[in-house]
Amino acid sequence: MLGYLIRRLAQAVVVVFAMSVIVFVGVYAIGNPIDVLIDPGATQEIRAKLIAQYGLDQPLWRQYLTFIANVAQGDMGTSMVYNIPVVDLVFSRLPATLELVFVSVCIATFIGIPAGLYAGYRPDGIAAKAIMALSVLGFSVPTFWIGMLLIMTFAVNLGVLPSGGRGEVGSVLGIHTSLATLDGWSHVILPAINLSLFKMGLMIRLTRAGMVEAMRTDYVKFARAQGLTDREIIFSHVLRNISIPIVTVFGLELGSTLAFAVVTESVFTWPGVGKLIIDSILQLDRPVMVTYLVLVVVLFVLINLTVDLVYARLDPRVRLKGGA
Amino acid sequence: MSAALEVRGLTTRFETRSGWVTAVNDVSFSVSPGRIMGLVGESGSGKSVTGFSILGLIDKPGEISGGEVLVDGTDLRRLSPDALRRMRGRRVSMVFQDPMMTLNPVLRVGDQMAMAVRVHDRVSKRAAWERAREALEIVGIPAPAERLKAYPHQLSGGMRQRVAIATALLHRPSVIIADEPTTALDVSIQGQILAEVRRLADETGTAIVWVTHDLAVVSSLADDICVMYAGRIVESGSAGAVIAAPRHPYTRGLIDSVPSLHPPGTPLPQIPGATPQLSHLPSGCPFRPRCPRATDICATEPPRTGNAHMALCHHPLTEEVPA
Repeated sequence: MLGYLIRRLAQAVVVVFAMSVIVFVGVYAIGNPIDVLIDPGATQEIRAKLIAQYGLDQPLWRQYLTFIANVAQGDMGTSMVYNIPVVDLVFSRLPATLELVFVSVCIATFIGIPAGLYAGYRPDGIAAKAIMALSVLGFSVPTFWIGMLLIMTFAVNLGVLPSGGRGEVGSVLGIHTSLATLDGWSHVILPAINLSLFKMGLMIRLTRAGMVEAMRTDYVKFARAQGLTDREIIFSHVLRNISIPIVTVFGLELGSTLAFAVVTESVFTWPGVGKLIIDSILQLDRPVMVTYLVLVVVLFVLINLTVDLVYARLDPRVRLKGGA
Repeated sequence: MSAALEVRGLTTRFETRSGWVTAVNDVSFSVSPGRIMGLVGESGSGKSVTGFSILGLIDKPGEISGGEVLVDGTDLRRLSPDALRRMRGRRVSMVFQDPMMTLNPVLRVGDQMAMAVRVHDRVSKRAAWERAREALEIVGIPAPAERLKAYPHQLSGGMRQRVAIATALLHRPSVIIADEPTTALDVSIQGQILAEVRRLADETGTAIVWVTHDLAVVSSLADDICVMYAGRIVESGSAGAVIAAPRHPYTRGLIDSVPSLHPPGTPLPQIPGATPQLSHLPSGCPFRPRCPRATDICATEPPRTGNAHMALCHHPLTEEVPA
């Protein structure tokens, strides 16, 4: 088990390195940030000075080596736009995204899984059909449009919830989060719902499919022949089995939501990292892009590792060994 | 002796695109305590559906449309769904064909068995595990305490089937329906399980309905035999009488096509044709198109001939041999 962990983490380091090269080359190919950032009226002299200051006159491989050397010292660089260290910039935005994603994943899970279980338990019922129809809407209607509808309904017409922005930030156990205040909740709830709809649809369909399949298996029939109640069968037998694929998809979704909550964050002007990355791409703020994408890779690696560990816990047939 | 299980006129049908199809058609039989009844038939003859119908485990689009199922005199068909559920596992139990599939792969054997104990008896988890351990001992599993902690994939097929049988035995039911429980096993393991089941029936007085397509198994195990064809019982009687002197031409054909019951060196006879589709049964006797003895009268409903050794046939092979 420990050997497995070490091997996985070593692999993760390789992945992060490879990713940093790809990102660096990719960002280099996009264009010269000086062209975007500098005042068009600046003299050639100032231009050259700035280019030298950011090291942009160096060949690509040397820029990369300088970057890696700095990273090794804990310095991810300084944002060309905000002129503050990138690490500070990203981590000032990250909590907002984390709390948004946390709430939306909770909504998706605690509504999606029970709804899916029910839809799979009584697949021919009217309620099941309604649930399935809603799940199709959930992942086929564009996020931004639903987001705008939510704003129209709750902020504009009903006027009960704010239309955007992050609310008051409170402190719980030393963590600064808007989930500590009522105002914070009123701000987070709409974007969280918006962000959860796709995941909820996915959870519903996945859970339903697993449930329908599981109810036909021999072990469920055998359990019924022993006189177990449907409740016991679903919660003791079925849920354990179908949670295996659900956990896998859950992990993937969690990662991609953390990394790319961009659309929702834009619609609700939520000051998270998604909005930060879009801004920095537009402004060719290289250090921010590179740092952010490397952070995304690290997040994905960690989430996948956790999923694998949970997987082994849920399914006794899975043994953690080797580096697969 | 009163019957542990008595089935009267049991009829189960399924709704299909081409209308209702009767999979179990007016099936009646009874099994006394400690006796083993072999329910024999080809695939699609309705023998497994009969087993599930006895436990009331027929799901949509199927339904049990008629008949009585008496376990120790209680008609299961008249019980409420919850009362019926409380009979399952406690008074009437079931074992399935594929031991690889009947146990939940992600739960320990002991947890699964303990759940089956506790659904009917309010005992502590520890007491339930102890009951499970005793049950494993009864079916001849060595080191039962360790086996309980194992997951199903850590056990062999024969071992898993023993676990399934032990689970079915937990509440000492009056009746166990065994749906081809040895079909998926090696022949040597099969023999062990058969001997074990025979012993259990004798010692515990459990009545067993042994559903199978394998006449060779049934001829060595069962006390009585019912032969099913196209949802009906076409012949029934004591195992000795049915094997030695079959009265229905279909049973004759089945016996002739069992290799081990056939003289070696001669070609094995076959029954021509295939089992009919239940949605397109011929009028009268459903075996008529494949029967060597069929005549015009077979297009009308066949009569029940004989009593203790019954055959549903216009032209039975022999008169009933008086007991």
